[in-house]
Amino acid sequence: MQVVSAIREPLITGGKTVKDVSHDISRQVEGKPTRLWWMAFGVSLALLAWGGYCCAMMLWHGIGMWGLNKTVGWAWDITNFVWWVGIGHAGTLISAILLLFRQRWRMSINRAAEAMTIFAVICAASFPGFHMGRLWLGFYWALPLPNTFGSLWVNFNSPLLWDVFAISTYFTVSLVFWYMGLIPDFAVIRDRAVVQGNKLRAKIYNALSFGWQGGAKTWQRYESVALILAGLSTPLVLSVHTIVSFDFATSVIPGWHTTIFPPYFVAGAIFSGFAMVLTLLLVTRKVFKLEEYITIYHIELMNIIIIITGSIVGIAYITELFISWYSQVPYEGYAFYNRIQGPYAWAYWSMMTCNVISPQLFWIKKIRTSIVATFVLSIIVNIGMWFERFVIIVTSIHRDYVPSSWTMFYPTMYDIGQYIFTFGIFFTAFFLFAKFFPVINMAEVKSIVKSTSEKTA
Amino acid sequence: MEADKHFVVGIFDDEDVLLEGVKKVRAVGIRIHEVYSPFPVHGLDEALGYARTRLPIAAFLFGMTGTILALTMQFWMLGYDWPMIIGGKNFASLPPFIPVTFELTVLLSALGMVATFLIVSDMKPYKWPRQFDIRSTDDKHVMAVDLAENAGKSKEEIMRILRESGASEVNEKNFE
Repeated sequence: MQVVSAIREPLITGGKTVKDVSHDISRQVEGKPTRLWWMAFGVSLALLAWGGYCCAMMLWHGIGMWGLNKTVGWAWDITNFVWWVGIGHAGTLISAILLLFRQRWRMSINRAAEAMTIFAVICAASFPGFHMGRLWLGFYWALPLPNTFGSLWVNFNSPLLWDVFAISTYFTVSLVFWYMGLIPDFAVIRDRAVVQGNKLRAKIYNALSFGWQGGAKTWQRYESVALILAGLSTPLVLSVHTIVSFDFATSVIPGWHTTIFPPYFVAGAIFSGFAMVLTLLLVTRKVFKLEEYITIYHIELMNIIIIITGSIVGIAYITELFISWYSQVPYEGYAFYNRIQGPYAWAYWSMMTCNVISPQLFWIKKIRTSIVATFVLSIIVNIGMWFERFVIIVTSIHRDYVPSSWTMFYPTMYDIGQYIFTFGIFFTAFFLFAKFFPVINMAEVKSIVKSTSEKTA
Repeated sequence: MEADKHFVVGIFDDEDVLLEGVKKVRAVGIRIHEVYSPFPVHGLDEALGYARTRLPIAAFLFGMTGTILALTMQFWMLGYDWPMIIGGKNFASLPPFIPVTFELTVLLSALGMVATFLIVSDMKPYKWPRQFDIRSTDDKHVMAVDLAENAGKSKEEIMRILRESGASEVNEKNFE
């Protein structure tokens, strides 16, 4: 029995049944990795190795290996940190906020997007970790633990400390939310392994599924837990980038000292996050042949979110410029004049082109439903969002109050190497996830197969 | 007859048939042990007569614990144990303590609720579940009826009622 809506586009195409869902998604976990997978995995490992070398050198010799100087004390590390945290936001938006809004199109994409969130937060956290110089003492310094200085406690008035709590809570809660979703799907793979006679796999996936059985009482509790986790994650995800923006907004540096930062950062985070989700999913759906689960309709809806958040970001840029003139504060005015006209104007205009102009192309239906155009634009948006953070951070401080200290920032091999290191972590983790974990939430997709799948011929 | 050993298992192909079936089976006075589904079926808990879960209460209590813990920690550390002047501000004041308080509230609420869920549902990595039918995680809904709980009715009668209520297949399942 299939119910076909006359007005809504089907979310799952190809006339899938519940059984097909188990088969199509579990198949890639059960089979041997393809050659394409090995190639992609090999490239990620190479990135990880090269980046790992740079990080090891940096740990040994200290962060003087970075290109920082007395004027520019914050550059690539914090740029990359904010960029990665931002990328993570899309996963939580899809899994939590779209759940509260009962958007069923999230069901095919939430698993991979949440995985992306978790890996992106790990990448982000590595930057402040390395910046402390002694990574292994990071926990000791950043958390309120008794110590031999008195105990001299951490400063709870500092946004940098709020960041520690925000990022670690965000990581933990996202991980728990993601894992809760995986539990019933691990049980699917376990039971298929029992049927196939693969005892070892059955044992491993049973342990991963916590012995899931799927009784009605358990499902009732499970749904309640998922709803509350979504309710908790929604303010959490908004708080995370708000607190990240406080790192800048609570300072007195012209160009940073701006009350618009929290909403502007959150919108930018979702904007860049969706771009990264698209980049990854366009590849994943092709490699694992999931075109019937992640359809053009899904891609179009994500592109629409990119238009909305991209436009919010554009308005924020213009508001910042207007306020810098309207406030009549000479320092504030110069900070923005310098962004547009100064030696980093190329970065500012790259940001403007990539973030404000390019997503507007998605107003054209042909472009937002084209896979090639979406892929190219998603990468452009990610480049643009990286430049946004670079522009905010470096151009605000490279010309400070004393013109004799004006300077430029040039990244060294180690700045670049550490950025590459995080790409290595991100892609290695993502490819392992895509091979060993079900990339689509089977239980959720099964629950909508009957009502939203395409009519069988 | 011993409880929890001898079952009649009805297999349902479709969730709407299952919902109707559950109502019919319960209407004739058969007590259902549990229904296992590959995905959450809305309205099934009500059809089975289950009470609402109290997990939201657990989440709230854990969240409150987080709030109180965070506020106590911050006021004690910066206000009492080692007061310091930072930026000419008060030793301890509420506004800058809000972010950490919020984060710890969310953290404890989420972790506490999930831990409670795992404990009350008796889920642990080393537990192998008792499966009435292996297809219950794939595409079938599986209704288990404990014969000991329905001592008033014969096995044949229960099997007939399940078949009449829409089960596509009715089996016996015995555990040692």
